[in-house]
Amino acid sequence: MLDQVIFYLFSAVAVAGAILTVTRRNVVHSAIFLITALLATAGIFLQLRAEFLFIVQIILYVGGIMVLFVFVIMLVNLDVAVRQLRFARQKWVALLISLALAAQVGLMLWSTGKMPGQGVPVLSAVPADKLPPNSEEVAKSLFSSYLLPFEIASVLLLVAMIGAVVMAKRRA
Amino acid sequence: MQAVTQVTTEFVKQYWAPLLCGFAIVAILPLIVGYVVLVERKIMADMQARLGPMRVGPHGLLQPIADAVKLLIKEDIIPEDADKLVFWLAPVLSVGAALLAMAGLAIGPAFQIAKDINIGILFVVGVSALGIFGIVLGGWASNSHYSLIGALRSSAQLVSYETAAGMALVSGLLFAGTLNVTSIVQAQYDQGIWFGLLAPVAFFTYLVASIAETNRAPFDLPEAESELVAGYMTEFSGFRWSLYFLAEYTNMIVVASVATTLFLGGWLRPFPRTHWLDFLDFLPMVLMTGIGIYGLLRVPKQPARVQQLFMLAVAGMCFAAAFVLAAPVLIPFFKSSLIAAVKPYHDGILGGFWFIFKVSLYIYFFMWLRFTLPRYRFDQLMRLGWHFLIPLSIINVLVIGVAMILGSHFHLEGWQLLLTTIPASVLALIIALFILNAEQKSEPQRASGDASDTYA
Repeated sequence: MLDQVIFYLFSAVAVAGAILTVTRRNVVHSAIFLITALLATAGIFLQLRAEFLFIVQIILYVGGIMVLFVFVIMLVNLDVAVRQLRFARQKWVALLISLALAAQVGLMLWSTGKMPGQGVPVLSAVPADKLPPNSEEVAKSLFSSYLLPFEIASVLLLVAMIGAVVMAKRRA
Repeated sequence: MQAVTQVTTEFVKQYWAPLLCGFAIVAILPLIVGYVVLVERKIMADMQARLGPMRVGPHGLLQPIADAVKLLIKEDIIPEDADKLVFWLAPVLSVGAALLAMAGLAIGPAFQIAKDINIGILFVVGVSALGIFGIVLGGWASNSHYSLIGALRSSAQLVSYETAAGMALVSGLLFAGTLNVTSIVQAQYDQGIWFGLLAPVAFFTYLVASIAETNRAPFDLPEAESELVAGYMTEFSGFRWSLYFLAEYTNMIVVASVATTLFLGGWLRPFPRTHWLDFLDFLPMVLMTGIGIYGLLRVPKQPARVQQLFMLAVAGMCFAAAFVLAAPVLIPFFKSSLIAAVKPYHDGILGGFWFIFKVSLYIYFFMWLRFTLPRYRFDQLMRLGWHFLIPLSIINVLVIGVAMILGSHFHLEGWQLLLTTIPASVLALIIALFILNAEQKSEPQRASGDASDTYA
């Protein structure tokens, strides 16, 4: 009961934050609502006992990326952005993509229980103190079964970082 | 309606203990912060050969209370063109993040709100980093140039120094092998050495980065009063301003607690496994009694009768604290059968004392630096962060890892690990200095007003 209340609370905050993010005129307000939505998502991660994911969401998205967002927002001229027309060019593309996403999620929910091994996995409830330590498990799977994707992602980030440095050097 | 009551009772039943601890922290912390400010003013006065606050209470002991009352009844000013909602939200965000971070800390083995969270240190670091939004949004919402520049400086500073602090923590965590706060301290007990000694370079990096992260002098550029009035909090007054202040000092306590937990052995006393040093368990009691006796000696010298009474009360409180600290140590002497029953209290109370003692030392060091060093220029600050501390901390992680592998290869344990980690740390320092040197040679000293000076 309590779990459900907390889950719906976080979900409602996340959805409301996401909607307000795209509808606010003021960019700083949008950023604040985006932070709210991200924090609420982190809360849902925590409720699923994915502690590591929870803190990574907070440190990387909220503490890192959003700080840079806000930093850039304050450096650029906001008056121009406020007067520009919004929601104009990509209306139909956006509609198409969101419909596809909704269909995918709907299919997954529909197929639950119909075929073995498909749909929403139903896990047996394990008490919190019986769960394996979360960050250790993440590290193990990251450095054993998913080592290659992990390395590819690292190389990708390294390339992006070097690219950024090169571009910044050329400007100066 | 029934569902609501059911959920509420369920919630209270499951979480009454952490809720109580949370209330305790929120209620007591402003008082502690007030007295930290008083101690800071007294130390500053002492270092500058003054007396400091002396009027309110004996030796100014009631000054924090008077300050708090003054701040609460001050006029609350919101600038005309300010963004009202964000202006209201920003200080609350700052304080909320700082207070939330306290939840993950363990003050002694017994007192911790979020018991044994797996991500421990990461939670504290990540959540306390959210306080930066309070600063940036507050600076933006006040619609003032000083505030905005202060906010921009602050976010640039925090983003750069968080990297260094995080990598420094990684070096320490390599020895612990876990993120859990309790297990980190336990690992230091098992290995018989503080990780601050095993990884001195990491400890140094964290020390510098934590000063920068809490916006303390010599890195207090976001609120450099000689150039920016008061930086991001220029337009805030009264209670809102005091919330920012509370957040700043709470953050100091948080970084000091993280450093204590990871590098200074947490709630363990020095040399916890050396038994001939067991007399150190009596130190807290003796210390408190000494302070109490000193207070009693000062009573006749107070000018007013109220102040004499207050001094007596302070001395009495010291004796009471000494009694509480003495009970777990002395009882086993009289009744050896009680040892097992008293053990948890013993560890809890003495552990709490040592933890708070180490945190106080760390904060004292902050204050000492503040009154000793002049403020950095902004480009100097960025140079120090990006060209020295970040390379240093990254290299340090690398060499400490190699040192640990070498150590396990030669079966070194505890103090013997110093044989490999100390040369490794020196090596890291040399490489980082070499990089800094090469950087300065290739890039001749630029005058201020250049690209790196955009947000100064």
